[in-house]
Amino acid sequence: MNMIILLNVDVAVLWQAALILAVIGVLAAVILFFIAKKFHVEEDPRIDLIVECLPGANCGGCGFAGCRNLAENMVARGTMEGCSCPGNSKENNAKIAGILGIEAGETTPKIAVVRCQGSCENAPAKVQYDSAFSCAFANNLFAGENGCPNGCLGCGDCVKACNFGAISIDPETRLPIVDEEKCVGCGVCAKNCPRGVIEIRAKGPKNRRVYVACNNKEKGAVAMKNCKAACIGCGKCAKVCPFEAITVESNLAYIDFTKCKMCKKCVAECPKNAILAVNFPAPKPAPAPAPETKNETAEETTISNQ
Amino acid sequence: MGGIHPEANKIAHNQTVEEFPLPDQAVVYMTQHLGAPAKPIVQKGDKVKVGQLIGEANGFVSANIHAPISGTVSRVDAIADISGYKKPAIVIDREGDEWMEDIDTTPDIVSEIKLGKDEIIARMKDRGIVGLGGACFPTHIKYMLKPEQKCEYLIVNAAECEPYISTDNRMAIEHAEECIIGVEIALIASGADQAVIGIEDNKPEATASLAAAAKGHPKITVQPLRIKYPQGAEKQLINAITGRCVPNGALPISVGCIVNNLTTIYAIYQAVQKNMPIVQTFTTVSGKSVPADKCRNFHLRLGTSIKAVMDAVGIPEDTGKIISGGPMMGKAIAHLDAYAAKGMSSFLFMSEKESRRGEVSPCLRCGKCVSACPMGLEPYRLHAFSELNRFDDCEKYGIMNCIECGSCQYTCPSNRPILDFVRVGKAKTGALIRARSAANPK
Repeated sequence: MNMIILLNVDVAVLWQAALILAVIGVLAAVILFFIAKKFHVEEDPRIDLIVECLPGANCGGCGFAGCRNLAENMVARGTMEGCSCPGNSKENNAKIAGILGIEAGETTPKIAVVRCQGSCENAPAKVQYDSAFSCAFANNLFAGENGCPNGCLGCGDCVKACNFGAISIDPETRLPIVDEEKCVGCGVCAKNCPRGVIEIRAKGPKNRRVYVACNNKEKGAVAMKNCKAACIGCGKCAKVCPFEAITVESNLAYIDFTKCKMCKKCVAECPKNAILAVNFPAPKPAPAPAPETKNETAEETTISNQ
Repeated sequence: MGGIHPEANKIAHNQTVEEFPLPDQAVVYMTQHLGAPAKPIVQKGDKVKVGQLIGEANGFVSANIHAPISGTVSRVDAIADISGYKKPAIVIDREGDEWMEDIDTTPDIVSEIKLGKDEIIARMKDRGIVGLGGACFPTHIKYMLKPEQKCEYLIVNAAECEPYISTDNRMAIEHAEECIIGVEIALIASGADQAVIGIEDNKPEATASLAAAAKGHPKITVQPLRIKYPQGAEKQLINAITGRCVPNGALPISVGCIVNNLTTIYAIYQAVQKNMPIVQTFTTVSGKSVPADKCRNFHLRLGTSIKAVMDAVGIPEDTGKIISGGPMMGKAIAHLDAYAAKGMSSFLFMSEKESRRGEVSPCLRCGKCVSACPMGLEPYRLHAFSELNRFDDCEKYGIMNCIECGSCQYTCPSNRPILDFVRVGKAKTGALIRARSAANPK
């Protein structure tokens, strides 16, 4: 009370102010109550349940704007076909199917593979790139340090795009390496690669895969000039394949992973070692990713744009 | 607004243009202009004469391509250009130097203009005239005005604000009379009342030469300009000469202007008065490490090997980078086994030291890029937005207005790759805008 007298404030004014605030508070509460009733949005409780079964990385690999948007679409369509999370585990997919009340479809686990072996040794640099460290930019500017117009540029747009920390650039080969443990096959890296070097393929039985590790669509002689490990489109692999899984289009072989039975006949047949077989037991010839040496290539010209 | 003052380095300013020897083989790209590639209309084994149509414009924004040498077509193939990417091209093996009969190859100056407005524009289109300042935009499209549009000013760009390049300067000195006739032709085609030739005042000889030739042409004035980069950019030049501002996203014609480069004006003269298509290009070969008397200006046939052109001057030992078309906006050559095309106005040898980029350090927020930007943008911001894939913000902050002059990057004390990222952002934002307008057509 002493304080109040000291500040020379009428006590009645204080009470008045408190009362007015209290009245405003009560009024606002009543108004908000009725507004909340009037504009109440009925949301399917399944959406929240499904969101809990999704990774929550909001990577966009499914093609929707984040995990919640995917869940909304799943509920609205009542199916997981065309709107499923490519990175989700089998158990979680089964849970989602349970929530939606449908049968869980058979999903094959996918993984990103790098279809390029244009390492510093296989494809020595002819010019040196000295500009913004972005594949999208380099791709607009020139064909690449090694001259291959379809190969990896090594600036790591895929690394930046990956939400799971699954891709890194090997400092010696300057090619991306996919961490098989971390990669969920969401495909965001493939979308961000300006040259389509990265492909999303089935992880394969026991993680074993056979694929053409080249993306060059030039004629064989031209491709060979730029890279030792380039697919030259000779078609030997397609002839030797007993399952008709290999097609050669615009000088580039492609192995259809739905047809490939992992017999590895093509691997032995390829004259350029452009076909890779990974995670096969050691005794049989299983070429590991390209041999690595230090970059000691001649530099003629520096590429950059001022 | 904005602008910078890079070292002019006009080493080849006083070198008379020399005719470059005819190449034994010419590789003619079908992509020598902005827009759709031309369609080859000759086949292997066909005999062609100089000036014969070999590539037909394929679409609205496209241009005709003519044979630069006479001989036999030996290949129609995809051949790498300076970027290393393969482009459709026609290879001609030379036999003699036989021109098409309807082309006047004499050096006589024809001053009487016989053609009318529509015929001139048709001739520009037929002769494959494109903007030779560097962008290679098909010229006839600029002159095809809608009924409600009116051209008041025809502006001729002889600013040549890029360092090193000296072709416009030589053009003004050696071909002033033809250029003035070219301006008269362009005046008829545009319907404009007056023409202004803008030229930076570091070229007194060229200014005097053009002013002397323009005497007796009341509609044409020669306007000296203060030195500044990028004054040769279309919107900046219009502002410097008329004081008008081209609105965002609009073309110069919206403020009643048409801008042409001086070399393009010369090409228009050649096309209209002599029926000559663009088969040659003026090129400066220069560099600080080249002895000053060895820096030269050449008049060479399209499709000449650029290596041969460079060897004629001699590539200096310490060359780290070769640029085609001006150190500020030109492109570094990634593939030397390429061939000359329309609009290649220079080959510059940068020493190893000059071509290295400085170490990139964090942005200081000093604002130098903001004051340097001739379009009034905030380049450091656009850089950040582009790097973070925030393309909606890129659009909001006007990334599409960037003219890619590189003043921001030139002035940055932290050596940040501003323009590089703005270019990436501009390309991606543009693609998003196009996708959006395709999805919601009005």
